[in-house]
Parts: sequence; structure tokens; C-alpha cells
Amino acid sequence: MAEVSDQLLVVTIMTYLAALVAYAAEYAFGSATRVSRVANRELVGPDGLAVVVDDEPAPVSPRDRYIGYAVLGLSVAATLAHAATLITRAVAAGRVPWGNMYEFLLALTLVGSVAWLVVLFARPAVRALGLLVTTVVIVLLGTSGMLHTDAGPLVPALNSYWLAIHVSAVATAGGVLLVGFVSAVLYLLRDGYENGRTGFPFALAAKAPAAATIERLTFRVHAFAFPILTVGIMCGAIWAEAAWGRYWGWDPKEVWSFITWVIYAGYLHARATPSIKRRTASWLAIAGWAAVVFNTYGVNLVFSGLHSYAGV
Amino acid sequence: MSLLRNSWRQLTSMRTALVLLFLLALFAIPGSVFPQRSIGPEAVDRYLRDNPDTGPWLDRLQAFDVYSSVWFSAVYLLLFVSLVGCVVPRLKAHAVALIRVPPEAPKRLDRLPAHADDLDHDGDPEAAADALAALLKGRRFRVARRGRTISAEKGYLKETGNLVFHFALLALLGGMAAGGLYGWHGNRIVVTGDTNGFCSSTQQYDEYDLGTRVDAADLARFCVTLDSFRAEYLDSGQPSLYRARMSYAADGERGTRTVEVNHPLRLADANVYLLGTGYAPTLRYTDRAGRTQTITVPFLPQDNALTSYGLAAFPDANIGLTEPDGRPAQVAFDGLYLPTVPENVAHGASLFPAERDPRLMLRAYIGDLGLDSFRPQSVYALNFDQVEGKMLQASGDQFALKPGESHTLADGTKIEFLGTQPWIAVSVRHDPGEKVVLVGGILLVIGLLGSLTGRRRRVFFRVTPDGVVAGGLPRSEYEGFAAEFEQIVESARAALGERTREKAGSRDG
Ligand code: HEM
Repeated sequence: MAEVSDQLLVVTIMTYLAALVAYAAEYAFGSATRVSRVANRELVGPDGLAVVVDDEPAPVSPRDRYIGYAVLGLSVAATLAHAATLITRAVAAGRVPWGNMYEFLLALTLVGSVAWLVVLFARPAVRALGLLVTTVVIVLLGTSGMLHTDAGPLVPALNSYWLAIHVSAVATAGGVLLVGFVSAVLYLLRDGYENGRTGFPFALAAKAPAAATIERLTFRVHAFAFPILTVGIMCGAIWAEAAWGRYWGWDPKEVWSFITWVIYAGYLHARATPSIKRRTASWLAIAGWAAVVFNTYGVNLVFSGLHSYAGV
Repeated sequence: MSLLRNSWRQLTSMRTALVLLFLLALFAIPGSVFPQRSIGPEAVDRYLRDNPDTGPWLDRLQAFDVYSSVWFSAVYLLLFVSLVGCVVPRLKAHAVALIRVPPEAPKRLDRLPAHADDLDHDGDPEAAADALAALLKGRRFRVARRGRTISAEKGYLKETGNLVFHFALLALLGGMAAGGLYGWHGNRIVVTGDTNGFCSSTQQYDEYDLGTRVDAADLARFCVTLDSFRAEYLDSGQPSLYRARMSYAADGERGTRTVEVNHPLRLADANVYLLGTGYAPTLRYTDRAGRTQTITVPFLPQDNALTSYGLAAFPDANIGLTEPDGRPAQVAFDGLYLPTVPENVAHGASLFPAERDPRLMLRAYIGDLGLDSFRPQSVYALNFDQVEGKMLQASGDQFALKPGESHTLADGTKIEFLGTQPWIAVSVRHDPGEKVVLVGGILLVIGLLGSLTGRRRRVFFRVTPDGVVAGGLPRSEYEGFAAEFEQIVESARAALGERTREKAGSRDG
């Protein structure tokens, strides 16, 4: 079963790559395709209220329609293969599949993919984000493959039902924040583009939805993820109390969850303060994601602490 | 004017809060880069030894005590002052808002982000206003009717949640402070076997840390023994189980409990946590006078395969006898214990953490152990100052023993390796702030959810003899407001039983 999981990982990455190509094709050819058309349907009024413009959709060329189907089909297929990778891994190890860094990244990116599909179906307007989301997922999956460890039982410290609760919450928050990060990046690009900056990299957002639409999505995603992150960190503290005797001890992992949490709290404050530019707030969201990534890679690989367990 | 002043005040304090939040995140970073005294003082000492130039400077900057440093404390104290300054007035304002009726409608409803002026009534403004007020009440708005103008507001949950969240944050900090003041903890190695238990007191902990308001007499009174211990390992050497049977006696209550890594022994006033394990070789030494002493000494693990270093000191050996140069003839052995010895013993590192082929590699030292000096020293390592000062000298080469084997030293004395006992490292903790922190944490999440999902909004209707004007104002991020407003207007239309005028499109009209 462990080998099946490892082979499925390869299938998953290949399918994501195919989806990436499809997204790229849709984006490249898509001036008259769903992307921009859908994007224009949801406009934003001057007061920030959404206005739905019900214009009649323009006819779609067969080529564009096929690309559109390919995008959806490949995204869903990749996510399913991804889920299968994780499930077979769980069966092989006989436990929840997030006991080491490789598995954690596998779980986090799966949540990211699922969160993205949810956003995609709820808001077709932001479809152009798919290109970036898929890229980030592939990069994280690729690096997690390099950190691959064999499936096996857990070290005693991890042998607790809190593993299921704490790590799943943190991975969920991380996965959703991945989408938030991409959204914040695209907002900055699009905002620059709308303000007349048409060079690289802003031109990448030429066909993206309106900046205000992306920005609102950024906020919604973060507002959704932040309580999950909070619960995840708190469950970690409860677990730490049971395992190590203290709920908080400034272990490097704890330090960086604290930093992550404070940055995202800063994002929410900045977002709620009218005098602070949305651009500034978006940079905070990006800084938050940088902290998430550092907490996964940097802290596991660079620092030693109580959280360094079982072959990273 | 006062509105201006208020918003200015809010703005500045929010900005301050933001800067402080950012500084807090920034200032926390060094704590993950440099070793921290609160986590492992040995690591700090090692760092200071390895970096004689930068180390002392960093120490002066409190880089090894980041979370109790002046600068870190300053930021979070400022932040919490700002927090109090921010939420207390808001609490007052919110209390007033909860009691007070919704405010008066603006003069011109058509200036509001959502509005409609295409409503009509059947010629009875009074009845129309009644119907509209009833409609909004039905939608769970809080409604105030002033003449024929209706103000309605909904979504107080947002501010309530926000306040609960920020006060919970204060409670959390209070709980942590209580832990620092009234909590304590001690660490200790416990070897298996009846006589090797320990009782909670500052003398019996290997290291301890008492809260500011705690003194030695306040420690919980109980005694614990380790009856048995079992460790299991995978073939890779990764541990898969640590299980201890511990007996305890506290306040006349006795019992035996299984303790595992995630299952501490919870007593009334303290919890006992299993943190790690290792081996304690039992050694019997026969001195020049033929007296024997047997000791069991914990060796400390150096790696995951439990290669362990330790010291077996016999300060009472050869008592009364001296070396030719006049030094006392105390005896000590230091060396490594390898639970599974590699093919080439010279590698000096164990292959596997379980005792598959154990070997104890020792070297003897004779002379003055330096136990009488006043310098603090570890019972787990040789006093190398004595060795350097030639007060203590190695005697012969290193030798390897299997359990049951013995070795005779040059002076004819004998050391026997009788076997090992497992030991566990326990941490004993008492933290009265824990529950406050837990409750604070739960409230924090509840408040957060309210704050993030609540949507405060106001809806106004003004009934004039000619018709009805409606306006709506979302007071927080609320995308669906236009749709909700639309719905309310539709229901109002139905309630007023009126015929729609030609003019459609409520917004831009
Ligand atoms: C340890 C420090 C703080 C943390 C971790 C923190 C965290 C948060 C979080 C996570 C939110 C999000 C809830 C939301 O978006 O509605 C929030 C909202 C808010 N915070 Fe704080 N906060 C802190 C300090 C402060 C301070 C000092 C102030 C006063 C200036 C403040 C004022 C506010 C306000 C006014 C909101 C509501 C924003 C809105 O209208 O949505 N906070 N805070």
C-alpha cells in the first residue's frame, strides 16, 4: 500500500502539471473565453457593494469550451488522485496520514486544492487564480516528495488523538491560507495593472478579474482560515500540555506559530482600518503566508526543538 | 466634530496596535534563532563557549532570554495597554448601543449606499409605517419609530464578538501571568526500582524553577516511584512506545498508574509527565581495602540510538588511603554505554536503542573528585577541571564490559558491571493559570467567530404622504447586503400592497 501511495503521488503531480498547462492555455487564449467574460459579470459598485451584471454570455468557441472542460476535469482529477495518495498512505501507516513533514505537506496541499475547487465553483469569476494556486501546490508537493519518509508508526510523543485534531486543523488552515496567499498576490498584480503598470509582472494579471473582486476574496478566505488557525494552535497548546507538561514553551515551532498568528491578526486589523491601504493589508497576508511556509520548512529543517521528530 | 475626533482617535490607536503587533512578531524571531535559557540552559552555555566574541554581547541584549527580555515585554505591555485603551471605551459604547434605540435616519436616504424610492402606499402613511416597522421586527431588526420614520439595526453580534475576543485576549494574558507568578516545575530522573523513588521537594529535583510568588514550602507534597518501564522500538530505531508504571502517595492517597508520553500522572496539585528515557548501569566497586559499594547511575543519551554518557563516582572508596603524591584515592569511572554495540567498537556509537548487545566502555580515574569544592557541578559528568589540574588522573586505558563482566584495575581493585535499569526523565508541574488560559482561549475563538461572521447593518424607511423612501447602510464588510436590502424592499412592497411603478432599478435611479 505504501508503494501504491508513492506511485499515486507521481500521478498526482503529473495531473497537476497537466492542469497547469490547461490553466495556462485558457489564460493565454482566453480573452474571449470564460475567464474574462465571467470576470466581468461580477462588478463592484463605487461603495464596495457587489453588483451582478446579468449580461448575456457571449458564445464560446468550441476550442475555448474544450480548454475550459480540460481545466475543470484535470483540476478535479488531480485533487482526487491527491486524496487517494493521502488515503493509501493512511492505510499503509495504519494511522492518520500527517505524522511527519512529508505527510503534513501532502495534507496541507490537498486542503489547498479542495479549497480552491470550492472557490472555483462558488466564484467562477476568480478562475484565473487557478494558474497560481496550481503552481504553488505543485511546488509544495514536489518539495514534499524530496522529504519523503517511509510510512510507519509514530513516535510516542505523536501517539495521541490530539494529532488528529491539532495537525488536521493546522493543515486545513494552511491549505486555505494558500489560496488566500495566491489571491493576495494576484490582487497586488491586478491592482498595479489597473493603475497603469503594464510591465512584468503586472501584465500577468491583464485578464484577471477586477482588483476589488480579488481583494474581497482575499479577505473572505483569510476570515475563514484565521479561526481555524487559532483553533489549531490552541489545540497544539492543549496537546503540548499533555505531552510535555506546558501549554506554551517558546519552542521554535511555537514561536513561529505565534508569529504567523500575530501577522494574520495584523492583516485583519489592517483590513478593518479604512485608512490603511488594501495594498498594505495584502502585503501582510503575504508575510503571513511566508511565516506559514517558514514554519513548515525552515523550522523543521533548520532549528531543532521538541517538534523535530521522526526524520522531519 | 466629535465624530472626527473619535475617528481620529480610533485610527491612531488602531495604527499603533498594528505597529505593535508587527513589532511583537518581529521581536519573537530571535527566540527561535538563539538558544533560550528558559528551554535549555546547557544550549546557551554551549553557545557562549562556541562564540566567545558575539556571545556576551548577545547575552547583554537578552538574546537568550527573549520572552522575558525588557524589549519583548515592553512591546507586549504597550500592546495590552493599547488594547485596554481601545476596548474599554468600545465596551461602553457597545453597551450604550445595545440599550439605546437605533439612531435617527439621515436626512437624505438616497445618499446611502443602498436605497429605493419607488415604493408607494395606499394613502394611509400611519398604517404604512406600522406595517414597515412590523416587517423589520419580523426580520429580527431592532426597530425605532420616530413619527413616520423608521430606523432599524441588526448584527450586534459583530461588535459583541469583537469585544469578547479582545477581553478574552486579556484573560489569556492574565492566566499566563498567573502561571508565571504561582506556578512551578521541577525535572528529575527516576530509576526503576522501589528505593529509587523521589518526593517532591526542591532538594530532590535535578533542576527546578519556581514562580515569582512561590517558595520551596509551597510545592505539592507527594512521592513517586517507578515500578517498571517498557520501551518498544521499530526496526529503524524509532521508538513506538514508552510505558511506565508509577506508584504515588499524596495526601494519604496512594495508587498505581500507567504513565505514557501523552498520559501524565495527574495529582491534585501537580502533574507528572514522562519526557524521556535512558539506561542506568549498576556497578559494584571493590576498593583497596576490600570494601564493596554498589551504585546505579543514570547515563544520559547522546543520540537516538541511546549511546549514553555517564559518570560513576565512588567518593568513599579507599577512604583514608592516599596516592603516593598525597592526593586522596577517590575513584570514578566515566564512559559510554552502548545498548547495541557496533561491529567495530571504536565507532563508539550505539546501533540500536534497545539492549541487543550491550557494552559499557569505561575509563577509571583516581584522585580528588573535587566534590568538596564549592563550584557547582553536574553529577552526570566528570569534573574536568580536576582532570586538567592533575588532581584527578586517568588510570589505564578504556575497557569494555558486558553485563556480568568485571575488570581489574592496575591497583588491584575491581569494577563489576552488574546490568542496567531503565530510567525515565519526568517533569513535575503545577500551573494554576492553565484553566484561565483555557477558558480565555475558548472565549477567544467564540468571540472571533462572532466578530468575523456578524454583519452590522441599518435599514431606514421614511413614509411621506407621497410614498416611501428606503435606505440601507452596511456597517461592516458584507457583500450580500445589496441582495438583502433588495429583499427587504420587495417584502415592503408586498406588505404595502402596492403596485410597482414603472421605474425599476433601485440603485442608480
Ligand atoms: C494582542 C493584540 C491584538 C490581537 C491579537 C488582536 C486580534 C484581532 C483580530 C484577530 C481581530 C479580527 C476580528 C475582525 O476582523 O473583526 C481584531 C479586530 C479588531 N481589533 Fe484587535 N487585536 C489586538 C489588539 C487590538 C488593539 C490594541 C486594538 C485597539 C486599537 C484593537 C482593535 C480592534 C478592532 C477595532 C477590531 C475590529 C475590526 C472590525 O471592525 O472588524 N485590537 N483584533
